[in-house]
Amino acid sequence: MSSSTDLGRPDPGTTTLALTRDGRPVSDRGDTVCVIGAGASGLAAVKNLAEHGFGVDCYERETGVGGAWNWRHDRSPVYASTHLISSRPFTQFPDFPMPDDWPDYPHHSQLLSYFERYADHFDLRRHIWFGTEVVRVEPVEGDRWDVTTRSTGGYGPERTSRYAAVVVANGHNWSPKLPRYEGLEGFRGEVMHASSYKDPAQLRGKRVLVVGAGNTGCDIAVEAAQQASRCWHSTRRGYWYAPKYVLGRPADQVNDTLLALRVPLRVRQWLYHWTLRLTVGDLTRFGLPKPDHRVYETHPIANSQLVYYVGHGEITPVPELARFHDRSVELTDGREIDPELVIFATGYLPRFEFLEAKVLGDDEGVGRPRLWLNEFTAGHPTLAVVGLVQPDSGIFTISHWQSVLFARLLRLRAGRPDRAAAFDRKVAAGIGERYSGAVKDSTRHWFEVRHADYLRALQRALDELEAK
Amino acid sequence: MTGERLRIVRAREWARPERPARREVLSAVPQLEQGRPPLLFVPGFGHGAWAFAEHWLEHAASRGFPAYALSLRGHGGSEPAPAATLRSYTHDVTQVAASLPRRAVLVGHGAGARVVAHALARYPARAAVLVAPVLGDWGTLGAALRRNPGGTLPAVFGGGLRLSRRQLFSRELPDGEARRYVARLGRAGRRAQWQLLTGREPEPAVGRPPVLVLGSPDDRVVPAAALTRAARRYASAPLLFPGMGHDLMLDARWREPIDAILDWLEKDPAPATG
Repeated sequence: MSSSTDLGRPDPGTTTLALTRDGRPVSDRGDTVCVIGAGASGLAAVKNLAEHGFGVDCYERETGVGGAWNWRHDRSPVYASTHLISSRPFTQFPDFPMPDDWPDYPHHSQLLSYFERYADHFDLRRHIWFGTEVVRVEPVEGDRWDVTTRSTGGYGPERTSRYAAVVVANGHNWSPKLPRYEGLEGFRGEVMHASSYKDPAQLRGKRVLVVGAGNTGCDIAVEAAQQASRCWHSTRRGYWYAPKYVLGRPADQVNDTLLALRVPLRVRQWLYHWTLRLTVGDLTRFGLPKPDHRVYETHPIANSQLVYYVGHGEITPVPELARFHDRSVELTDGREIDPELVIFATGYLPRFEFLEAKVLGDDEGVGRPRLWLNEFTAGHPTLAVVGLVQPDSGIFTISHWQSVLFARLLRLRAGRPDRAAAFDRKVAAGIGERYSGAVKDSTRHWFEVRHADYLRALQRALDELEAK
Repeated sequence: MTGERLRIVRAREWARPERPARREVLSAVPQLEQGRPPLLFVPGFGHGAWAFAEHWLEHAASRGFPAYALSLRGHGGSEPAPAATLRSYTHDVTQVAASLPRRAVLVGHGAGARVVAHALARYPARAAVLVAPVLGDWGTLGAALRRNPGGTLPAVFGGGLRLSRRQLFSRELPDGEARRYVARLGRAGRRAQWQLLTGREPEPAVGRPPVLVLGSPDDRVVPAAALTRAARRYASAPLLFPGMGHDLMLDARWREPIDAILDWLEKDPAPATG
């Protein structure tokens, strides 16, 4: 196995062959691949590229691995009580199992220790530059890339290195999406995004309004039910709240039993509705709105406790917010409530400040990359985005296979350029393909995929690539 | 390896994960860390981690390799598991391998080599060594029936496989020791035993590990032809130790094969091509 980093760090003094557009020297890293981010997806990319014989330089703005799952990182969205919502077999990397004596839904601190062990087990840290952020990534001739980096926080000089390929794995759950409301600026209570929520002590004794019915919103509402003096939970529409356990087993494992038996979607939806009727029951009785869609049509919510606390009166479900007054919040049904703390669990938007929007096919600059397999962009065969998916299951399995596919594609470019060109044509033809069935059209579902459909599509791509 | 199909969707395995089991892991680590990959020894059916703890673990550690041996569930000091399958055993190997501090070299003996071959599809090992591998086919069963009908026949009908002293060891091994080892043998799960004959072929290995096959032409469990077939599967030739029995790690000249394995690893074999 070869390693580029043993040969030396990108050093402007070594192999300066060219200049950037604004005249700075570029150090040539030869066939080395650049990976941006050392979170779960970045680590998988580093490991799989190295395993396929590539030199790898990975840039990580923080001082440790784990990305979103490292609670010490300032961009980490995890809070003290975060647990996985997909069970272990769906979450772990396919070639590095989590210990089987761990719980079905491990805690975020266990997940961080898992990534740290993964990095050490496969000796990945020697490829990673910690405390280094990527400022610019620009395509240059020969499908290569100039990557400009500097110390996190903008200290020190910028350096530009030229790479054969780039993997973008900077995560998409760190840049908060904040809704706009009339009067929000004048509101005198405390307002925060869920990304700043870390500990139940922040809720203790307060009147809390939680906005948003994603998994985070539901989790925080449940914590507020136990800690706050009052909790309102505002949701725009009705959702299906799936329990984490069905028949004494993790619900996703039961669901995949049906998938393994190739039960059609309609039948699975019917079974799911029937199971929810048995376990959760009719939610409108609790004052929750009736879902306006069938299950599998929005991102699934796995929470066994929300309905329980609604039933105990510890959570008051309320509709969408209409406007803010200086000390109260008006709801769309005309009611007024007086929270001291408002938490917006309204999700995140992807950000790629280091790349021109057009490179990822986002011609209108709306922030939504247009990719094939959520990974490849037309016209840039040596660029891959890894982990930009919102699956109804774990992400890490997907990131693993995405990076394996990219590593094999890069190898094919060297050995069989004709086949690689055919793959590029496939990318251009398949831009925007979805793997989610019919889902609600919102930013939350931009990257929604059904894990089984998506992984099958990856399998097809890999099979075609590997065919003799 | 190139051209072989990687399997991505494993709905059945995700839906029915293997039950956790308490596993015995014995180890011997060098006093000074020398940056060498850890070895994980996987015993064959009926054997436990003890078989490697007799000589090989300490010897590997004395040459700078951290060495570990596990007992598959239902064997040695691990939890009883009469319903274990090859998949359960594979799970045990990948679990222990992933728990080691660095990417491990998997060393499987006998039917343990078949388990290792399955584990290689699920864990990117640094390298793999198959010692007197029983990869399982009807030919192996035929040979076993000819040589030891009394011990083999019950296994065909779900009973335990009883290997004789003459099959396992050379005449050089003192009688008392041979008896002591045979008395420690247990038995594998019935379903796992059948799966040696009827189970699926191992999937292609991930991580392109180099593979070494070794054994003895005088092994009375694995015929020489089976050794050659096994080595050919991994594009190499078997390394042979004439005059030794099937249990190379316990036989009188146990030092020769382990030294050969460690020499091979010290040369830092390259990943398979492709």
